[in-house]
Amino acid sequence: MTDVKKITTPLTDEVVADLHIGDKLFITGVIYTGRDAAHKRLIELVDKGEAFPFDIHGQIIYFVGPAPAKPGHPIGSAGPTTSYRMDAYSPRLIERGLKGMIGKGMRSQEVKDAMVKHKAVYLGATGGAGALISKSIKKAEIIAYEDLGPEAIRRLEVVDFPVVVINDIYGKDLYDEGVRQYARQ
Amino acid sequence: MNGGKELTEMRELSAAEITKAVKDLFIDANINLGEDVLAALHRALEQEESPQGKEILNELIENARIAKEEGIAICQDTGLAVVFVELGQDCHVAGGDLSEAINEGVRQGYQEGYLRKSACHPFTRANTGDNTPAIIHLDIVPGDTIKIIAAPKGGGSENMSRVMMLTPSVGMEGVKDFIVQRVRESGANPCPPVIVGAGIGGTFEQTALIAKKALLRPIGSTNPDPELAAMEADLLTRINNLGIGPQGYGGRTTALAVHVNMIPCHIASLSLAVNIQCHAQRHKEVVI
Repeated sequence: MTDVKKITTPLTDEVVADLHIGDKLFITGVIYTGRDAAHKRLIELVDKGEAFPFDIHGQIIYFVGPAPAKPGHPIGSAGPTTSYRMDAYSPRLIERGLKGMIGKGMRSQEVKDAMVKHKAVYLGATGGAGALISKSIKKAEIIAYEDLGPEAIRRLEVVDFPVVVINDIYGKDLYDEGVRQYARQ
Repeated sequence: MNGGKELTEMRELSAAEITKAVKDLFIDANINLGEDVLAALHRALEQEESPQGKEILNELIENARIAKEEGIAICQDTGLAVVFVELGQDCHVAGGDLSEAINEGVRQGYQEGYLRKSACHPFTRANTGDNTPAIIHLDIVPGDTIKIIAAPKGGGSENMSRVMMLTPSVGMEGVKDFIVQRVRESGANPCPPVIVGAGIGGTFEQTALIAKKALLRPIGSTNPDPELAAMEADLLTRINNLGIGPQGYGGRTTALAVHVNMIPCHIASLSLAVNIQCHAQRHKEVVI
């Protein structure tokens, strides 16, 4: 693998400004998991003016519902879920300081606009490579919504977690660029 | 009396044996990627032009190796538990209810195999806790054996699937256009490279079922119907010309295969189902 940028969490505006579509990154630090049901609850907290179960400022949310951990493993298979289902919620989290999202699949224009406006990035993990990805997760701990099972919010400690930049703060989209480059008539 | 013929003796099969088989099949399917998929990923790697696409294909091959070696799920989405059963009519299931025996196998398999439970209430989203109910498709066939196919189906690619009641005038070209358009609009969402299962004809529910069954055919096999074989080849070329590529990052490999099943339909209809399957195409079977 060539030209991998290493970044650590939490993310700053300076780090995010240096990320461009197609960049391969290794993330080290803490990231938080959240998918459909957890997002719904976070937005309910926003509506009620209540605090989040973690400080979202500068953080990355990974859209994942991991498989249960086998004994001796910190986590089971843990690849990304499809991101568009979080589109209804993501802009309001980005407004509140969320700097990165990890998932797979296309985002809405509203999410892309929010990323440009508030300087946040959307990162792709390889869908269907959950066994491989789980090797970069060293520790997993449920910090909220345990009743949601696989959808509970987990605090993950990751080392060299592999992602690709799909949407940067300059309004570019790797999916559009990829098709433009490889489509044939 | 039986028209002078002797009645065939029924072979007895225990429900417990079916439970055990279903449990083992779901664990096996979710951990060990099929050889046909692996071979298709290797073939794609040789043909892929995009460096990023090659890297993804290598990751998927490596992922399959890790899953097998460590006995963990290929993908965290271990699916809803779809089960195809071909029950020989001379086979008698004893000691329990057939569908309960299958559901118990799912329950045990998802628990003991550390597989994710993904079944939930449509509105409250409360998880059923054990990945039941299984989705059971039962066919009664000649013979005294039972064939069970476990085909866990992930949600991301299922969400990109569609049933469409087309107008007969659109013909084969209209059907092909719809399929290609469906893959185009799905983009990166269903984890390409995908396998496309298409069902043409039948009633509304039947077209979806034959599309799903089309996914069970081994990748790389040729459709026995020459007309459908040609249609599959043309669709695969058109889909791989879309440029979506592995994970949607751009490339030559958007689909590993297109499989089409076709049956007669109503004179008023041209029914079509497109069942999109991610690259983690998982199905294992056993005959008891």
